[in-house]
Amino acid sequence: MPGKLKAKIVAGRHLPVMDRASDLTDAFVEVKFGNTTFKTDVCPKSLNPQWNSEWFKFEVDDEDLQDEPLQITVLDHDTYSANDAIGKVYIDIDPLLCSEAASVISGWFPIYDTIHGIRGEINVLVKVELFNDLNRFRQSSCGVKFFCTTSIPRCYRVAMVHGFVEELVVNEDPEYQWIDRIRTPRASNEARQRLISLMSGELQRKIGLKVLEMGGNAVVGYLQCFDLEGESGLVVRAIGTACTLDKLSSGSAPNTTTHVHPNTAPASNACNSPSKDGKESPLAHGCRSTHNSPVHSACSSQRLSQNFSVSVPTLIFTGMGSGGSAGKEAGPLKTLLRQQTQTALEQREFPFFTLTSFPLGFLVHVGGVVSARSVKLLDRIHNPDEPETRDAWWEEIRQEIKSHAKALGCHAVVGYSESTSICEEVCILSASGTASILNPRYMREGCLDIGNTDHRFEEPSPPSCGFCHIPYDELNMPFPAQLTYCHHCRRQKVPDVLFTTIDMPSEAAVSGKGCLIQARLCRLKKKAQGEVNATVISNLLPFMEYELHTQLMNKLKLRNMNALFGLQIQISVGENMLLGLASATGVYLTALPAPGGIQIAGKTPIDLSNEHHILTIQKRINDTIAKNRELYQINPPELTEEVVGSPIPEPRQRSRLFRSHSESSDELSELDLSHGKKDAFVLEIDDTDAVEDIHSLLTDAPPPSGFYSCNTEIMPGIYNWTSAVQMFTSVRVFRLSNVNLTNQGLNKIFTDLCENLLKSFYFKLRSMIPCCLCHLNFTVAVPEDELIQVAVTAVAMTFDKDQTQERTADKPVTKGCSETEEQLQFPLELFADSSSTNTQTSSKISGVPESTGVSPRAASVDYGSFADRCSTWLELLRLKAHTIRRGSVKTSRRTQSLAHSASSLDRCSPLPEGRSRSLRSNRSFGGGSVTVVKMTPLSFLPGTRIIKYLGIINMFFIRETTSLREEGGVSGFLHSFIAEVFAMVRAHVAALGGNAVVSYSMKECMLMENPHKNQAQCLINVSGDAVICVLETDQEPMSSTTSIGQTCTSGAT
Amino acid sequence: MAMELDVFVGNTTIMDEEVYQLWLDGYTVNDAVKVRMEGGVLEECEASADVLLSDTMDQYRTFQMCERLLHSPAKLANQLLFQIPPHRQAVLIERYYTFDDAFVREVLGKKLSKGTKKDLDDISAKTAVTLKSCRRQFDNFKRVFKVVEELKGPLVENIRQHFLLSDKLARDYAAIVFFANNRFETGKRKLQYITFQDFAFCAGQLINNWTVGAVDNMVEDMDVDLDKEFLQELKELKVLITDKDLLDQHKSLVCTALRGKTKAFNEMEANFKNLSRGLVNIAAKLTNTKDVRDFFIDLVEKFIEPCRSDRWTAADMRLYLTHYTNSAHILDTFK
Repeated sequence: MPGKLKAKIVAGRHLPVMDRASDLTDAFVEVKFGNTTFKTDVCPKSLNPQWNSEWFKFEVDDEDLQDEPLQITVLDHDTYSANDAIGKVYIDIDPLLCSEAASVISGWFPIYDTIHGIRGEINVLVKVELFNDLNRFRQSSCGVKFFCTTSIPRCYRVAMVHGFVEELVVNEDPEYQWIDRIRTPRASNEARQRLISLMSGELQRKIGLKVLEMGGNAVVGYLQCFDLEGESGLVVRAIGTACTLDKLSSGSAPNTTTHVHPNTAPASNACNSPSKDGKESPLAHGCRSTHNSPVHSACSSQRLSQNFSVSVPTLIFTGMGSGGSAGKEAGPLKTLLRQQTQTALEQREFPFFTLTSFPLGFLVHVGGVVSARSVKLLDRIHNPDEPETRDAWWEEIRQEIKSHAKALGCHAVVGYSESTSICEEVCILSASGTASILNPRYMREGCLDIGNTDHRFEEPSPPSCGFCHIPYDELNMPFPAQLTYCHHCRRQKVPDVLFTTIDMPSEAAVSGKGCLIQARLCRLKKKAQGEVNATVISNLLPFMEYELHTQLMNKLKLRNMNALFGLQIQISVGENMLLGLASATGVYLTALPAPGGIQIAGKTPIDLSNEHHILTIQKRINDTIAKNRELYQINPPELTEEVVGSPIPEPRQRSRLFRSHSESSDELSELDLSHGKKDAFVLEIDDTDAVEDIHSLLTDAPPPSGFYSCNTEIMPGIYNWTSAVQMFTSVRVFRLSNVNLTNQGLNKIFTDLCENLLKSFYFKLRSMIPCCLCHLNFTVAVPEDELIQVAVTAVAMTFDKDQTQERTADKPVTKGCSETEEQLQFPLELFADSSSTNTQTSSKISGVPESTGVSPRAASVDYGSFADRCSTWLELLRLKAHTIRRGSVKTSRRTQSLAHSASSLDRCSPLPEGRSRSLRSNRSFGGGSVTVVKMTPLSFLPGTRIIKYLGIINMFFIRETTSLREEGGVSGFLHSFIAEVFAMVRAHVAALGGNAVVSYSMKECMLMENPHKNQAQCLINVSGDAVICVLETDQEPMSSTTSIGQTCTSGAT
Repeated sequence: MAMELDVFVGNTTIMDEEVYQLWLDGYTVNDAVKVRMEGGVLEECEASADVLLSDTMDQYRTFQMCERLLHSPAKLANQLLFQIPPHRQAVLIERYYTFDDAFVREVLGKKLSKGTKKDLDDISAKTAVTLKSCRRQFDNFKRVFKVVEELKGPLVENIRQHFLLSDKLARDYAAIVFFANNRFETGKRKLQYITFQDFAFCAGQLINNWTVGAVDNMVEDMDVDLDKEFLQELKELKVLITDKDLLDQHKSLVCTALRGKTKAFNEMEANFKNLSRGLVNIAAKLTNTKDVRDFFIDLVEKFIEPCRSDRWTAADMRLYLTHYTNSAHILDTFK
């Protein structure tokens, strides 16, 4: 019996009136954990009851501690009839099981009811006493830390990356159980919430066990999803990356990248291809799709009696295009090297990593995007304890991904993620990631010197371009691609375009800014049932992927960029259509060749008017490209011709591109490619569809001036973030009214829907200019026959326009606060020079922290002036005196613990109190007793430093209504539900002692409505990491006062 | 594009002050969009009408959800649903409780009852304030009235603390509550020229000098009701007009003091008896609730109008009343 859970119910406030006669409530509370229930006394006739209960003690296994939530139910006592439930609070106590995370949960929690929403608040105290359990065969995994963040959490150092962990649990969905016919929707929704809470606890515990088995102590990039399969059950699955993390003892250098062993950069070269004399690839250049990956086409698919499955031809996205033929024999030397480095990875079944950004030197080469999809028919899960079918499905897909990665000459997949889309009994399983070669140093201990033996072959390649170098053998390329020598180091080959699912490595050299690029596609399909339906869908999928890819490529060229990061391709299935949405952030990598333009060519016999038409389109395209180059400030460094015979594509040179339609129809075009315009990129206009497509290319409006947008963590090319953040969630549902819609019409509607959403954001957030929308995460769904739903979560962050400030000039005293960190950044202009061969400097310059973390360099700048420091110390003393006078009893407990943790963290900082003080002022900012909790989908908050991770937030809510009209229709219903979800997340974080949520995401937002019955129901699943962060500028106490002011104003937006 | 559903929720609640004002003023969403378009937001931000409509809808929804909290502003600070910075909370509250002078003038002194509420559409038509806005303002008056009615302590301070209003606005509300409670008649044609601020000033004076609270500040209803004892004592002033000697004595004292100080001296001297009689009669009748209600109309008819017809200036009036009061103090009877 290794744990004791203690809970105390303190008080309630703002309770609803339950007794109409007296306008009051006789409230009491039931506290339940596992099968044990305690009750408080009834607090009669009060809307603000004070229970001040004793400590309720639960003696439980740690296994239960992990699985079960603490359930708190607030009820209204009724002498004569059954007590009425006011609402519930579920508290996940997992954060308390980890010694490094929160020690107590204490605070006001919204009391939530599935019908009425938030009904007042309850103040609860929860503690856990854990006894050490050394049982080898234990079922619990207490102490394993979970992070949603897909990078190494700040304030930790990664000692070892163990690799992929996955697990899934299944159960019957209470909603579909027989009992539902007799019980109320409210009861079954509550049962569902409880069950999912239990299942995700169990899932985490099981994953934790796997991590312990591997010898790790944490899961990073933890991604948990629900599949509501309807009648066939409910699946909760999760993937993550097991790691061994060490807490940084000194808080002075929180940036993970600064902790990388200096050896790693040289080591990163281990797998570089030594060939320098490679000829130009003679291969045709363009988009070709060869679906010869391990495919079971629909006709040959296995038909198990109940278990129909169609494996879909999948594409490997790389720079060029797609294909799946494996590169068989690499050069002997390369093979040797690879064997050496791969051993660590080969031991693993799946060398996958859910991380999207990495410590310096971890990522050696990037091959390209690999993805796999498969269409399955759902059947009832007969035995929940043996979820074999679902496991087997995913296993299949992962194997496919693995083989794709191999085909690209890569031994690992990073930025890996999995998703599903379900419609009736059809389910599309998707997985995607970026094939890459990793530095095995992090995978196996005692492997640190791997790079040394290879030095005789080649010099280290600079980190600013190393990841772009091709990992595959150029003589045996897995797909047609055009290679050139790296424009940076001139030693290695690079592809002309690079697609990835990861964040841009912070050390990468870019020119200008990046931008969000989206490809959107709708495909109508006939309504069908069962196997026929699955076959239809699986036949459509490759075409959709192909077209999305073509769109992405064209839009990338149009923006004069050559690489995509954070690529996510989502395909959603509905009754009568499929939706595809690909989002990514385009950038111009200076290591890759400049993209050619786009040329329009008429294919049909040319008549004059047509010719004229083509010319105007061509002009528009050229104008757009030129405009975009200016808009995104793309000024690649000039190249000198003398460099190795690789042709440097002039912007004027055309590259050739095919519309996917025409691709299959003509073989001549392939011939066209091979001579003359080697990197020609031609858009052919052969029918009206093509014209439409080109028009749609040009309709993507650029963001208004002052705005940038991206779907990655941060915007390439912007480094000077200020502290104002505004996280938001927006949902739109469009009803298709036209019965006879064409694919084209549908595409237009879908594109407009997405574009209008973006325009709406720009308008709403106009007061934050200059600002960047980061981590724009679109999810699409087809909830019903004629509905298209788009949900977006993103964060708007302000930045300082004036990038080129002089470093010495910006003392915080003169400049307000949070600029400090960008003052420490190196001006962008330096990048331009970094194309010179001096790799040392370029690596240094490009080591701009991708975040707010202050690098040690920066710190030394901060404390440069002694006089300054003195004055700031004095200022601090004065402030301290002030705060003491003001006194704050309420926050004293937290402040103390904070001060404690801060000082222990940060011994070298002379001013630990400064930190706690500013945190306190941060708290009081909310006015009264409410802590301000910032939320962001990113792994950091600009202008602040995370000093502690308090645990994972993973919450699932259901809300229903039977008075839809009265609540303002579906919009009113969902608006208040989303606001309630935010409120509950904030309350839980605040109760853990935190003041921010990072890596926040909304995994699920499933809305069902029935306006005729005046009903609606919605499910939302959110997750994130609760953290304590302090103002970065606390190192400079002077400025911290101003920055508090700034926080206030910025919060106002 | 016609959206089935369209919501935008920020972690920090986004509120546009301009839209808030339009909402408070009772504009429908479509009207608000029109006003905003005319205001030129679109050109600034390269947005379309759709965007504006969607934004306006979002904001209106947010305000509607907030409205419940604004009814008890103290809740706004410790509710969890909306994360609103404190300075913005203050703006929300202040604006919500701000009223139109035209509207308040119509209901000032009326009973804040259902009956009055039914007449709001007439008031709306008369004042050109939308019915929705009229209702909000009326409900605000009523809410403040109900809360402070049962509270001890100074009226203005109570309002300020319970509704977190600025000092100025709290004073205005005190006046409204005071007028509603005493049902002073303010709607007669003859009183139309008096603005709300004039009345609010009077209310402030009455609260400070004529209520129970002016004497003892720990009594219930102290600032809302006139001090009965005081009104009773006012009856004794009658001696000023009934006793011939006293009247003459008073007159001569006042005239001596005024002589040469004003152009209207002759009129003052000639009308002294009338005016004094008017004032003292009003004062003596105040024990009657009915006469309390007519207090302002009586003052205007019996005192202000005669002075106005004699073309007194405001300074004349002040001078006259000062000396009228001071001289009375000198009289033996009042020593």
